[in-house]
Amino acid sequence: MSAVRAALAIAGKDLRIEWRHRTALVSAVVFAVLVLLVFIFARDPGTLAPRDLAPSVLWVTLALATLLALNRAFLLEREHGALDGLLLAPVSRASLFWGKWLANLAFVLVVDAIAFPLWVMFFGVDPTAALWLVAGVAVLAAIGFTAVGTTISAMTVRTRFAELLLPVLLLPFLLPPITAAAGATVRILEHRPAGEWLGWIKLLALYDLVFLVLATGLFPRVMDE
Amino acid sequence: MHVERLERRFGVVPALRGIDLTVGAGELILILGPNGAGKSTLLRCAAGLARPYRGTVRIGGRDVQTDPAARGLIGLVSHQSLLYEDLTARENLRFAAALHGIAGAEQRVRDALDTAGLTAVADRRTGTFSRGMIQRLTIARATLHAPVLLLLDEPFTGLDAPAAQLLRRRMAAERAAGRAVLCVTHEPAEAWHEATRIVVLIAGKVVIDQPRPADLERFRRDYQELLRQ
Repeated sequence: MSAVRAALAIAGKDLRIEWRHRTALVSAVVFAVLVLLVFIFARDPGTLAPRDLAPSVLWVTLALATLLALNRAFLLEREHGALDGLLLAPVSRASLFWGKWLANLAFVLVVDAIAFPLWVMFFGVDPTAALWLVAGVAVLAAIGFTAVGTTISAMTVRTRFAELLLPVLLLPFLLPPITAAAGATVRILEHRPAGEWLGWIKLLALYDLVFLVLATGLFPRVMDE
Repeated sequence: MHVERLERRFGVVPALRGIDLTVGAGELILILGPNGAGKSTLLRCAAGLARPYRGTVRIGGRDVQTDPAARGLIGLVSHQSLLYEDLTARENLRFAAALHGIAGAEQRVRDALDTAGLTAVADRRTGTFSRGMIQRLTIARATLHAPVLLLLDEPFTGLDAPAAQLLRRRMAAERAAGRAVLCVTHEPAEAWHEATRIVVLIAGKVVIDQPRPADLERFRRDYQELLRQ
């Protein structure tokens, strides 16, 4: 019970601080919009329809916006040694992971919720019921992105080049969920039978489960000085 | 607190070389030593923030490395405030109370703010606080959960005379309340009269562990002589 309380306190604290500033949130949203615009302007309109690019663009945008969002995850713990305050708490260090992860997930979901309709608008995606399925895929992907990202962000926070190291270490781990999410999105948007995309979704769910369990187990070691 | 054969290395460089130390309730120990002697490293190991290469630190029989409950018995005042500057003083203490699972947290937070003399500014963000106010809030945070062991790492740094006097009174009060206090400092005069014991670390080893002598100036001469050797 104390672990749950500590995790909720950490998540609440992170979200309260973010809400006061909204700097990271605004930056991540603006960044997502810019990535979408870059893809719009970088394609040759005569040879490539926006709709053909849409699934890839969605996942590149959401993955990069997540990276930006995760950069801030532990930086606020570095200021004034606040991380030590967390580590001194008489709770399992795994609960620190769950607290940070919950806050990161909420943050990334807000960024996704803003970027998603813009993607639909910019890339002429049909606003059909299938979009709800794609939104569900985005939630599943966000769970995995943030599980791995929270752990790697904790690993890099004590280094001098945390902002640089995070994408270098994190992106290889994001390749499997990006592949699965893009695979499912393409097939869902083309209204293929469920049998063709369900496998990708199961893979995504398995990735989430494996990395949530791994992160919970590894986090106490990651936090060791 | 029982520290047994504690060793800590940074790569191949030893920082602590087999420290043995026992701290009883109501003791206030000054830990002295030159730069790089391992004073802060000893405190971080004692707090469970740094993993020793060898040896153990137990508080009330609990190993600080393996038993999270042991960390709840510790209060730490380090070089940094451990506070969030975007939260108010009250919110910082509420958050610490939630992490420590303190029952009746609101009343405890109010009392802590009152004791620290920060009630009037309780709802101001700590980013706007002066160094003295931050230090008082840091101590309030460190003692909010009534730890049995208070670890202070150069707590007088940057404090003006009234704030330093307030801190000395607080240390004496903690000791009087039966808590053990370990205070790392460069300058023994800062808390000489409050101390019950003096420990000197040099190159990661305890070279002096004795009750506080009555004569500070004589101790200071002997200490300087020791550092020159």
